[in-house]
Amino acid sequence: MAQDPMLPRRFRVKRVWKELADVATMELDPIDGEAVPFRPGQFNMLYAFGVGEVAISISGDPADSSGLVHTIRNVGAVSGALANVSDGDVIGVRGPFGTAWPVAEETGRNIVFVAGGLGLAPLRPAIYHVLQNRERYSGLTLVYGARSPDDLLFAEELKSWKSRFDTEVEVTVDHAAPGWTGQVGVVTIGLDRMLAGIDKAEVSAFLCGPEIMMRFSVMSLTAAGVPEERIWVSMERNMKCAVGFCGHCQFGPDFVCRDGPVFRHDQVSRLIAKKEV
Amino acid sequence: MKIHGFEEILAQHPVFRDCGRDTVDLLSGCARNEHFRAGRTIFSEGDDADKVFLIREGDVAIEISAPQREPLIVETLHTGDVLGWSWLMPPYKHMSDARALDDVRAISLDANCLRTKCGQNPELGYQMYQHFVPHLAVRFRALRMQLLDVYGTRKG
Repeated sequence: MAQDPMLPRRFRVKRVWKELADVATMELDPIDGEAVPFRPGQFNMLYAFGVGEVAISISGDPADSSGLVHTIRNVGAVSGALANVSDGDVIGVRGPFGTAWPVAEETGRNIVFVAGGLGLAPLRPAIYHVLQNRERYSGLTLVYGARSPDDLLFAEELKSWKSRFDTEVEVTVDHAAPGWTGQVGVVTIGLDRMLAGIDKAEVSAFLCGPEIMMRFSVMSLTAAGVPEERIWVSMERNMKCAVGFCGHCQFGPDFVCRDGPVFRHDQVSRLIAKKEV
Repeated sequence: MKIHGFEEILAQHPVFRDCGRDTVDLLSGCARNEHFRAGRTIFSEGDDADKVFLIREGDVAIEISAPQREPLIVETLHTGDVLGWSWLMPPYKHMSDARALDDVRAISLDANCLRTKCGQNPELGYQMYQHFVPHLAVRFRALRMQLLDVYGTRKG
């Protein structure tokens, strides 16, 4: 990270490609050549010069610190400018910021990832870590839900993970046209099915996706017997400064940019249930 | 011999695993084996809901059709799931289509037979309530989540 956390570093877009109609992934190289180490779950502030800055989770492999990978959905002026960059363009980057998925600390346990929609992107670095160190974990399960088959992120990678003998991957969509032979139904149905064959006391669960989806998934996990102190969620709020100064992302006593985005569920469960927060 | 087979199969199915022997004996009188080849329609919207299916093997798509729109798969059911709930309440008509996604083996329970036995034996009726309502509740909650369309605007 640059010495001044408010000062962006310049990165060149090495390669950018469309994942979905409104989602792009970009590989970024630091123009100053300095390595960019990060931990799974952290985010950067990406700056489209002349347009603005937005917080985007890192979606690449944490074992490769030579560059950055970000996956962005076009939902506004800034994210739209970033999602539409071209190879060779230059953008600003501040970071990495925030807390990480404690995958390294959960060695030996049965890791269950629950992702919804674009929530798979912030989880992917943690998935890479577990896959690369698979022998250190007793199990790896991914339950991923999306709106429709056309909205499945990293579809080819999901297929390759599913084809491994040492992973359990359940992909489900909310609805589909005839011809789709995969699962249709919400994430919690697939999660309940996956949990049926697992020793729940061994599970460490990492959840990322829409807050409602995470809330229902946590209910499924705890009802099945997964200890609440072994469940982590990634929260999303309006992050601006990324260093806990501005207060835009205040979440009860915490700032999501500084104290999150990854929280142990029992730290935030009381607030997640509050409509006013 | 055949009836004994149904008793065993029903007793092992997730829905009736906790049922007592007497209940399984009563239910087995309403049971028969079913097999649907991949792609076959199991029932269509508006059909009499004269059976409830306990899926033993295979996947089933629940589809809803609307005029001038492609049919939409809203749910898939799998080994161990219950297919069909319209038999529980009047007018006993299916409200969606069900289609086998691959070869499906199931046990069907005759709905008339079940309702008659439940009417004669309130204890059996209460057990049916206890075993079928949780499945309805799970699917009702899932439907609410689908209605929320939660994946619409998540940022990366």
